[in-house]
Parts: sequence; C-alpha cells; structure tokens
Amino acid sequence: MTRYRVLAVFALIVGFLLIYFVWATETNPYSAYRFKLGLDLAGGTELVYKADMSQTPSGERADALSALQGVIERRVNLFGVAEPLVQTERASALSGTTEDRLIVDLPGVTDIKAAVAALGETPTLDFRLVAPTTVGTTTAVAYIATGLDGRYLSSATLGFGSGATAGLSAPQVILNFNAEGAKLFEKITSENVGKQLAIFLDGTPISSPVIQEAIPGGQATITGQFTAVEARDLVRNLNFGALPVPIELQSSSAVGPTLGAAAISAGVVAGIIGFTIVALFMIAWYRLPGLVAAVALVEYVAFMLAVIKVIPVTLTASGIAGLIITVGMAVDANVLIFERTKEELREGKTPREAVHIGFQRAWPAIRDGHLTMIISGVILFWLGTSIVQGFALVFVLGVLASFISAVSLSRVFLLAVVPEEGSSRFWGWALHSGFRFRATTPYPLPPTT
Amino acid sequence: MFITNHRGFFFWLTGLILAGAVGAILFWGLPLGLDFTGGSLVHVSYENGRPALADIQEQVDTVSLGVVSVRAFGEDGVSLRSRTLTPEEHTALLAAISTDALATELSYTSVGPALGSQFTNKALWAIFAVVLVIVLYIAFAFRKVSRPVPSWGYGITVVAMLTIDLIVPAGFFAAYAHVTGAEVDSLFVVAMLALLGYVVNDIIVIFDRVREHLARNEKLGFKESFEDTIGKSIDETMTRSINTSLTVVLALIALIYFGAEATRNFALVMLVGVVAGTFSSITRSAPLLIPLAKWFDRKN
Repeated sequence: MTRYRVLAVFALIVGFLLIYFVWATETNPYSAYRFKLGLDLAGGTELVYKADMSQTPSGERADALSALQGVIERRVNLFGVAEPLVQTERASALSGTTEDRLIVDLPGVTDIKAAVAALGETPTLDFRLVAPTTVGTTTAVAYIATGLDGRYLSSATLGFGSGATAGLSAPQVILNFNAEGAKLFEKITSENVGKQLAIFLDGTPISSPVIQEAIPGGQATITGQFTAVEARDLVRNLNFGALPVPIELQSSSAVGPTLGAAAISAGVVAGIIGFTIVALFMIAWYRLPGLVAAVALVEYVAFMLAVIKVIPVTLTASGIAGLIITVGMAVDANVLIFERTKEELREGKTPREAVHIGFQRAWPAIRDGHLTMIISGVILFWLGTSIVQGFALVFVLGVLASFISAVSLSRVFLLAVVPEEGSSRFWGWALHSGFRFRATTPYPLPPTT
Repeated sequence: MFITNHRGFFFWLTGLILAGAVGAILFWGLPLGLDFTGGSLVHVSYENGRPALADIQEQVDTVSLGVVSVRAFGEDGVSLRSRTLTPEEHTALLAAISTDALATELSYTSVGPALGSQFTNKALWAIFAVVLVIVLYIAFAFRKVSRPVPSWGYGITVVAMLTIDLIVPAGFFAAYAHVTGAEVDSLFVVAMLALLGYVVNDIIVIFDRVREHLARNEKLGFKESFEDTIGKSIDETMTRSINTSLTVVLALIALIYFGAEATRNFALVMLVGVVAGTFSSITRSAPLLIPLAKWFDRKN
C-alpha cells in the first residue's frame, strides 16, 4: 500500500512536470521544443521530384542521390527559406524497380512556380580572383570574375599528399581541366601568383586556395585546411556541380497560411472537447476507477505531447486526428481492467483482490489487442506519403503510451487508494459501474470436482 | 446468451447490411481521388463572396486544361479539379479565375500519374499485409487452443470479419461520396488500415474470453457445449466492447464537429467503421465459430 502511494505520488509529480514542460516550451517562442508543424498546418510548399537514374550505373546511385540532395539543399538555401527540408527517398514500387525521390519542403513558400524555377535552374561553378580592397579602415573582399567556370572542368578527384603536418598525408582536391580550360587556368595563375583564387558554386565561395605558382598542364591541386571528409564532399560538389542526374517534378502541393491556422485551432478545440467528454464518460460510468482513468488520461496526453515535442514528430492535421482518436482508444485497456475487476467483486473478492486479479486477467487481451494495432500502424507508416506517416507515427506512439499508462499508471493509482482490508459498502459502490440496464447475474463458476 | 440464440437472425442482418454496402460500391462506385489517379486540385476563396460557379467555369475554360470540374468549397470558396498541371498552367489557372474577383489560393495539390498508380499499388499491398499479419498473429496467440476449433480457425474467422468490417464503411463512403462529391484519398486508406487494427481488438477480447473459458473448463473437467461457452463469453464482454467503442466514438464525434476540414471525411469513415465493426465483433465474430466447430466435428 505504502509502496503504491509513494509510486502514485511520484507518477503525479512526473505528470505535473510533463504538463509544465509542454506549457513552458510552447509559450516560449525561442524554445527548441516547440511543436514542429507540418506544411499543411504551417503553410508552405512540398515538391516531390523523381531522380532519373536510368543513365547512372547502379553502384553510383546512392552517391548520385546524396550529391543531388546537396545541390538542391544549396539552391533551397539561396531561395531564402526558413527551415527548409530536403529529403531523399528510395521507393521500391513492389514491381522490383526502385525509384529515387527527392522531397523538398519549403515552409512559408506558396509560389510554386517561383520555387520550381529556383530549384530547377542549372547551377554555376566558376573561379574568381580574390581582391582585398581597403576602404578607410575596413578591409572588404571583392571578387573578380576570371571567365574560368564549370564548363572547362573535366573532373575533380580526391588525393592525399604531404601536408603541413610532417608524416601525415593531407587530403587534396585535384582539379582536371580540359584543353581550353588548361590554357585559361595557366594564364590566370601565372598572372596572379600569391593571390587567392576562389571557387564559387551557385554563387557562393566554397574554397579560396592561394595560387602558389603558375600552373601549366591543366591540373590544379587545392591543399586547404580541410579534413578528409570535407575534401571528399568538395570533390563530390565539384563533380556534381551540375545536377548529377536529371530530375522531374512528380507532385507538388501548397497550403496557404489561413487554411493551416484554421486547421490548428479546429484541432485544438476538437482535442479539448474530445478529451473532456471521454473523461466525463469514464467518471460517470466507472466512478472511482473512472476518475483514476481520467487522471491517467491527463498524464497520457501530457506524455504524448512531450514525446511529440522531444522526438520531434512533425504535426499534421492527420496527426492531430490520430492523437484525438488515441485519446478515445487509450481508455480501452482501462475499461477492460475495470470490467474484469467488477466481475471479481461480484464473485465475492475483497476490493483489493479484485483490482489485483482484474489487472492480471485483462492482460492477455490487452497485449494481443495492442500488438495488432501496433502492427497495422507500422505497416501504415511504410505506406509512405507524409499525410499517412503523420497519422501512423502518432497512432503507434499513442498505442504504445496507452499500453504503458493503462497497465502501470491506472494500476498504481487504483492500488494507492483502494483499502488493504475488508469491503465496505462505499468501496463496493465506488468500484462498480454507474448505470444498470438489467440485473447482471454472473454465470456460475463451473463446479470444482 | 441472446446473441448465440438468435445468431441466425444476426447472420441474416449482416447479409443484408453487406448486400447494401456491396450494392452501393457497385452502383455508385468509389470515386478515386488525386492520390490514386494523379491530377491537380486547387482550393481558393473569394474574400467578397463567391461568384457564380458557371462564371468561374467559363473563366477556367479560357485556359485549355482539359476537363476541369468546379465545385463549391466551404462558405465562399471553390475547388477546381483537373489533370496534372504544370507550374505555368497552375499560374494561368489562378489568373483566369481572378479576372472578376481576386481569388486567394488556400491550397494546391498536384500529383503526377505515375505516383498515383504507385500509391494504389502500395495501399492494396498494405491492406493485404495488415490482414495477413493479424491472422498469423491470432493463429499464434491462440496456438494452445485446439478444440473444438483449431487456432487457425480463429484466424480465418478474423479474416472473414475484417473483410466485412472494411466493406461496410467503404459502402457507406460510396453513398456519401455520391451525395457530397467526396473522393477516396490517402486518408481513406489510413482510416481503413486503422480500422483493421482497431476492430480486431474487439474480436480479440471476445476470443480471449472464449480461450479462457475453454482452458478453465478443460482444467476442471467441466462439460459445456461450445455454443454455451461462446454465448457466455459474449455476454461477459459485451459491456466492455460497447464502452471502449463508445469512448472512441465520442472522440470521433468531437473530431467531426469541431475538427479540421481536412480530416472530417476521415473521421466520418472511422466512425461508421468503428460502430459497424463493434456491432459485427459482438454479434458475429464468436458466433461464426459455432458452425466452424460443427464442421470440424463432422470432419473428425
């Protein structure tokens, strides 16, 4: 008893902390744990591209896809979007062929045409001379175009040479120009020894090596201060300065900010009303256990919201619907347990025994039922599209959380209040259900032989 | 034992409901939405009230986009459905419908035809996979039960039940779509899959009770007809079956009345599915075991 009371108080404190966490992180506009809203709620554009890999050897497809992601990410950043998201997806269409997709989320953008144009344009790779110019006391950096650009680059490779640190080989990026580029490069380098030659990708400088000497032969080596990983990425970006594979727009969707805002407030209202009527129903029908279930339900909701914030799960309209439905489902296990408890009471057990046995007997059905729900949720998630996944993730989390809350929280709370000994009329009433439509005489137990 | 005593009546009632649902699906069909067929859907609203739909249709026809269906959307909005549009065509369409009054775009969705057919494929596979896994799980969970119905008999009963449980809300949606012009979208598939997971829950509770009674009877050497065991199990779990569904129904009603427009049809399909599923779990799942038991008896 004391043990359960301590546990119950502990569970209540955790519940309050969770509620505080949800409240505090949501009211603080700078918190990293604010709800992440999907595009259908926050407003924005989602573009799904198919990467055409038919010309790419199968061994290089993964590389090409991640290079494609890099290129598109840079272009999205240029487009000036807060918190863009570029994801790749390998979808196997069950027919045996895999399809590589690129999903671009642009929150706040509703002009699809402009977005598509910005992402689809050919990238630029070019080399510019760095010219520090002193204006007054501040030194500004100006870049002078050299006319040497990606058209003259035939390939970039990764190499290792003796670096600044003795004994260690430093990663190098080797640029190979074509014949025309080689001539141009030699001319530029011979005229600008000692200066920095910056490499620009999509208009952004990505590396500014210093020209050590005139370089004939059409090969340049960049020995920057980078790690092997950085060097590898640079090689990849140079080789894939242009889109590594052609892309084709497969689907696009845009949601304006008004529709999303309306969906949020409707979701909140539906959630509060749904929660209230479910809780009231439980209390009206199951009395004391119902109240316990309602308290456990508050903790369940606080826990779910906290998990959604921490993971973080991107909330969509379908996710909110999933959350509201799981509130209705979360009491399922409680109902099972309480009905079982009542049966035990009718068979003459003391309230405490009845609660104990009720939990035990309800367990197999709770386990089987929840497992099948989780199975269908996982398969739903596999189905893919963001609307479906938004629901599936919340659904699976909700079923898991309700599982835990029913078998642990309700049990602890109930055992903390039901007395150790005897059965008074009060406890008989409190543990029974509220309304009686018909006389419920239990079926007699089979006679023991 | 009301239900087992009158199971003939409930089987017939089921047959009737099922025939109605299948009829609705065959007669009206399930209109497939963008997610399956590909195409574009634009929702716009007019701040100063919606112009006549015929006028909008006329404006739309000035841009050659094939067949574009124009429907009222909400209070002062319009939804336009067409084949998959290019970004340029989309801009042209918006300009066309803004000639008289400025249309504000609420949302735009465009799905390429290839993606659509893939989704159809995947959705069918997903439903098939969920049913299969559930059946295997039930057969496994009831593996210790062998008489009078072997554990896979429970699995088969569940498949039959789940099939019915999907057809009824689908039939409802066919009729609903016929009246309102709603379309089957990816959320409809979500509703179907979530229903599969949820409805089987009700069936499991009843089967679990049957399992428990069978085990107890065997242990105590208590002779009881299978029919009585089933009837007893249904009666004992009835309150629980109704109450758990009732809480979900309450949550769904809140979602239908107060929730977002985007999830309204979804919640409605869920509601019909949960009510029909609970009814079918109570009245048919376990009673279906009785003829199955007789069949196995005859076979041995």
